[in-house]
Amino acid sequence: MDKDNSSIEYSLSVNGNSHEISKSWLGESLLYVLREELGLYGSKNACEQGECGSCSVLMDGVLACSCLVLAANATGRNIETIESLSDDDSLTVVQEAFIETGAVQCGFCTPGLLVTIHDFLETNPEPNVLEIREAISGNLCRCTGYGRIVEAVQIASKQKSTGQGGDDVSS
Amino acid sequence: MSVVDDTVEAIPSGIGVSAVRPDGKEKVKGDFIFSSDLSSEGMLWGQTLRSPHSSARILNIDISDALSISGVHAVLTADDVPGENIFGLERADQPVLANDFIRYAGEPVAIVAADHPEIARKATDAIKVEYEILSPLVDSSAAITAKAIHPEGNVIRYLNIVHGDTEAVGDVIVEGEYEVGMQDQAFMGTESGMAIPSPDGGIDLQISTQWLHSDQEQVATALNMPIEMVRVTLAGVGGAFGGREDVSMHVHLCMLALYTGKPVKMIYDRNESFLGHVHRHPARIWYRHHASFGGRLVKVEAKVILDGGAYASTTSAVLANACCFSIGPYSVPNASVEGWGVRTNNPPCGAMRGFGNVQTCFAVEAQMDKIAKELNLDPVEFRLNNALKSGDTIITGQEITGTAPVREVLMSLANHPLPGPSSNNLLELPGGTGRTTDGSHVKRGVGFAASIKNLMFSEGFDDFSEARCIVDDGFIAIQTACVEVGQGFVTLVQQIVQEILGIEKVEILPADTSIGSAGSTSASRQSWMSGGAVMKACEAVVNSLISDLSNEQGVSFERIGTVLVAPDGSASIPVSDALRGRNYDETVVHRHAPTVPLDEVGQGDAHVSFAFAAHRAVVDVDEELGLVRVVEIATSQDVGRVLNPVQARGQIEGGIAQGLGLAILEEIILQDGKIQNANFTDYLLPTAMDTPTIEIAALIEEPEPNAPFGAKGIGEPPVISSTPAVVAAIRDATGLDLNRVPIRPEDIALG
Repeated sequence: MDKDNSSIEYSLSVNGNSHEISKSWLGESLLYVLREELGLYGSKNACEQGECGSCSVLMDGVLACSCLVLAANATGRNIETIESLSDDDSLTVVQEAFIETGAVQCGFCTPGLLVTIHDFLETNPEPNVLEIREAISGNLCRCTGYGRIVEAVQIASKQKSTGQGGDDVSS
Repeated sequence: MSVVDDTVEAIPSGIGVSAVRPDGKEKVKGDFIFSSDLSSEGMLWGQTLRSPHSSARILNIDISDALSISGVHAVLTADDVPGENIFGLERADQPVLANDFIRYAGEPVAIVAADHPEIARKATDAIKVEYEILSPLVDSSAAITAKAIHPEGNVIRYLNIVHGDTEAVGDVIVEGEYEVGMQDQAFMGTESGMAIPSPDGGIDLQISTQWLHSDQEQVATALNMPIEMVRVTLAGVGGAFGGREDVSMHVHLCMLALYTGKPVKMIYDRNESFLGHVHRHPARIWYRHHASFGGRLVKVEAKVILDGGAYASTTSAVLANACCFSIGPYSVPNASVEGWGVRTNNPPCGAMRGFGNVQTCFAVEAQMDKIAKELNLDPVEFRLNNALKSGDTIITGQEITGTAPVREVLMSLANHPLPGPSSNNLLELPGGTGRTTDGSHVKRGVGFAASIKNLMFSEGFDDFSEARCIVDDGFIAIQTACVEVGQGFVTLVQQIVQEILGIEKVEILPADTSIGSAGSTSASRQSWMSGGAVMKACEAVVNSLISDLSNEQGVSFERIGTVLVAPDGSASIPVSDALRGRNYDETVVHRHAPTVPLDEVGQGDAHVSFAFAAHRAVVDVDEELGLVRVVEIATSQDVGRVLNPVQARGQIEGGIAQGLGLAILEEIILQDGKIQNANFTDYLLPTAMDTPTIEIAALIEEPEPNAPFGAKGIGEPPVISSTPAVVAAIRDATGLDLNRVPIRPEDIALG
């Protein structure tokens, strides 16, 4: 980068791992650095304006649009991305419910929705339909019309409350 | 050989079950690779400089400052296009990079490759373009006779349909004028891809698209490269809805990669995505309906003007749909329909889900309600009186030889129970928690609408799809060039293999141009076309297997389900068992029945098959605020056969949400041809709070003759009549005319 884009160095804590970021332009968003520097492509770049929720991550446990966060500003924060929801071959009950109910079509909004929903069910484990709709209203989906997504959350909520589908590493 | 006994359980798979997506697990884990997730060692980032003017002449382009920026590897303009500087989906009329005139705001002028996306952006800013700004032509009606803005003239297509006695007069005459705004596909994953130069001098293009082979052809022409040197591979697609049918960054990426000798990646941001793909045609529509006192349609007159924007794209075909189906799913003895698809300096318009049928359906369904009111008939009853049925003739003189369960669709929906009143929860009132009134002006309305959609490509297009079934010691791989955009074709492939070969595990090979074309993922055609091709490829494998078994054992088996059975019943073996230890490789091409072009009065068997749907919307409207809450949308749809219940529901719910969007939220706002709201803050997409519960009253399963598995395409009908149903419901609540969509709050509050 040329001088007015002077590179800086900082560290990021992502999914429990510390990463040293070097040769980074100060203006890079957390979303860009997660994707293009750390290869964590699960967070998606649909509007990059904080409107669609596709890039949702948790920062110190708080839901955030990573497109609106300067990466260098996120140093010292505990960042969790979609990649941290389930290990290797496992799935959370919400992820399983998404597949079973047809909540996934193109799948571009899916990672952001899953981060949002996992966070939501932590605070409201047994939501009603209206609460579910409001909770995901910051995540745009263009394929599904949201019906299958709402149903997936209902099913996952029931399974979590009855202790079924025991592979949920996030809760 | 094993003999199957009666105790073997049927496999719970195949056609008709809710099989889950094979890519679902990758998608929920964030592991699925979309086109924007591509990465390659030493790759550069591409960026496009676009015209800020909607009509201009380019006087000079100075790239020297841009080239001098450290980290910039290429700055290319029209002079650098290796082949013909022209492309287009139906006809080549659009420059790859503008070289003389600018015809829309957002037209690409130059492209850049650099080490970092921000350097690439700075470089495009540093390109100096001198424009002579011209007065833009933005009025679609004026465009018909205005001075041509393109060497091919302003009228892309004029279509005249004359049917029956055009002098016929009805007892009741109802006239109306309607307008449809410009809708955006707004797929979540913006345009993105990567081009990699290959050692043989060719190019590998990985791209999110809808039609690999159309891309390949257009790219090869622009690059002046033999077609086989351009290899196009599908990269993960984040939705499409018609907006990826046209070439966008394809040639630009290849030019930059060939020039620099390096892989080049490009991602449009959301603003550029609005500039970088075609939109739904805005429409101006006039109707005059004639009906008898007995409640039958006598004649329909219509004039339709579609604004194609600066370049043709699919305007001709969109206009044909708008006009051919301008009557709706009804039988009319006499009709006179004129349509113009015109060129303006507005952004180019082309394919979007519903493709022409959406525009006239909104208007004609309003007309149907008006006549019913005039005749003092129930809107559903009036529609039933005039409903098309199999054996009827549409206004193009074509007889419907397939199924047309319009009555069944209408009846099942009309009989579906209505929802109860909303609660007093603020979230259940129009405007949600942000509302500023006491809710005393909230009124409920119910609206009804029905639609017809042609399936697959029409008007004599040679429409086909190729599929290959490879058997390697009982393991199955399927290859097609069919693009998965999220609709679930990959699920269907597995179901077809299970249905015919009885084998659960199927490898789906990447979609690319190493196999013949599958045509576009559009026009509700891929289940029929590529699904049919996969079915036939599997059947070809079975036929080869039967032939081999016959030679080896002297028994001529036939396939019953997934089992091969000897004619005398003496022996049987599952296909899957018989395939063990054997290898086959069968490629087949599947075509639908041929169609013909429309003649000079719009007559001819131009279409393949027709699908019908109806929607009923229930809305609460706050007349004081002009805000609408759609409480429920119920639907019945003619589907032929349900191939996968969950995926069918997904198509229906998703399509209805887009129809709701056009009714009350979504419009690209233009000022002098320039988009004023190219972002998701100002272009309003339905959220989970805007989208109601969708009630499926009925899926009418009357198998369509000649359709693989009897199934009709289901992707488009949900988006077509959902819009007029919502509008009819708002009219019902408010008593307003509301002849334009999307309906804005001021249309209601100040109406």
